[in-house]
Amino acid sequence: MTLNRRDILRITSVLSLAFAAGILKPSDVFAAEWSADVFSAKGLDAAVKALGGSSFAVSKDISIDAPDIAENGAVVPVSISSAVPNTEYMAILVEKNPAAMAASFDIPAGTESAVTTRVKMGMTSQIHALIKADGKWLVASKETKVTLGGCGG
Amino acid sequence: MGDPSRIRAVATGDEVEVKILMKHIMETGQRKDAAGKVIPAHFIKTVEVKCNDKVVLSGLFGPAVSKDPFLSFKFKGAKAGDKVSVMWRDDTGDTRTDEVSVA
Repeated sequence: MTLNRRDILRITSVLSLAFAAGILKPSDVFAAEWSADVFSAKGLDAAVKALGGSSFAVSKDISIDAPDIAENGAVVPVSISSAVPNTEYMAILVEKNPAAMAASFDIPAGTESAVTTRVKMGMTSQIHALIKADGKWLVASKETKVTLGGCGG
Repeated sequence: MGDPSRIRAVATGDEVEVKILMKHIMETGQRKDAAGKVIPAHFIKTVEVKCNDKVVLSGLFGPAVSKDPFLSFKFKGAKAGDKVSVMWRDDTGDTRTDEVSVA
């Protein structure tokens, strides 16, 4: 098969269109944007403000599972779960880290409002589980003692 | 392009438990090297877990998430054979997607 100039032009234009379509897939559109304000806020109060909340309440319906004493602050396993109906957002915060917010999650319908991850802790501190349900901010806290900090230096 | 994530997705009834281990240095930007120079931050910022193209969890990470981030959670409405994909993007724009079938 021999290709003339016209064929080659046609083929390359189709290929480039497909390529552009592949690149333009909205795979990098997230429900919530990563915000430097939230991830640099110091302490729970400032973090809630940065998230747009005015106040929060302590809730017994949130549980937080973290060790009482963490030997290695670089790897502290933390599980948070919420029994509050319509929990749409969950976050793990470490009060005395340089920035309190460690990780946050959007919980779509059908996903259990419970996540487990591992965080770094610079020193002994309260760990907070912050959730948003029906527009309200709720929190539960637990202290974890750290014998070796996770932030080096 | 980072190293592959290790993903396990196991169905019990219509509930699927997902465990993810992402491979990433998660440098905080707080540490200093031997010469006293700050090691620049390098960490995963966004994570998105999908099941058959439906988002089942989206997360935002700060540098306080441990090196090689671990994440586990459960969601409903999937069965064995469904595809679970995990996509992360770090602060340099590097991104990686891995996919497994629900067992």
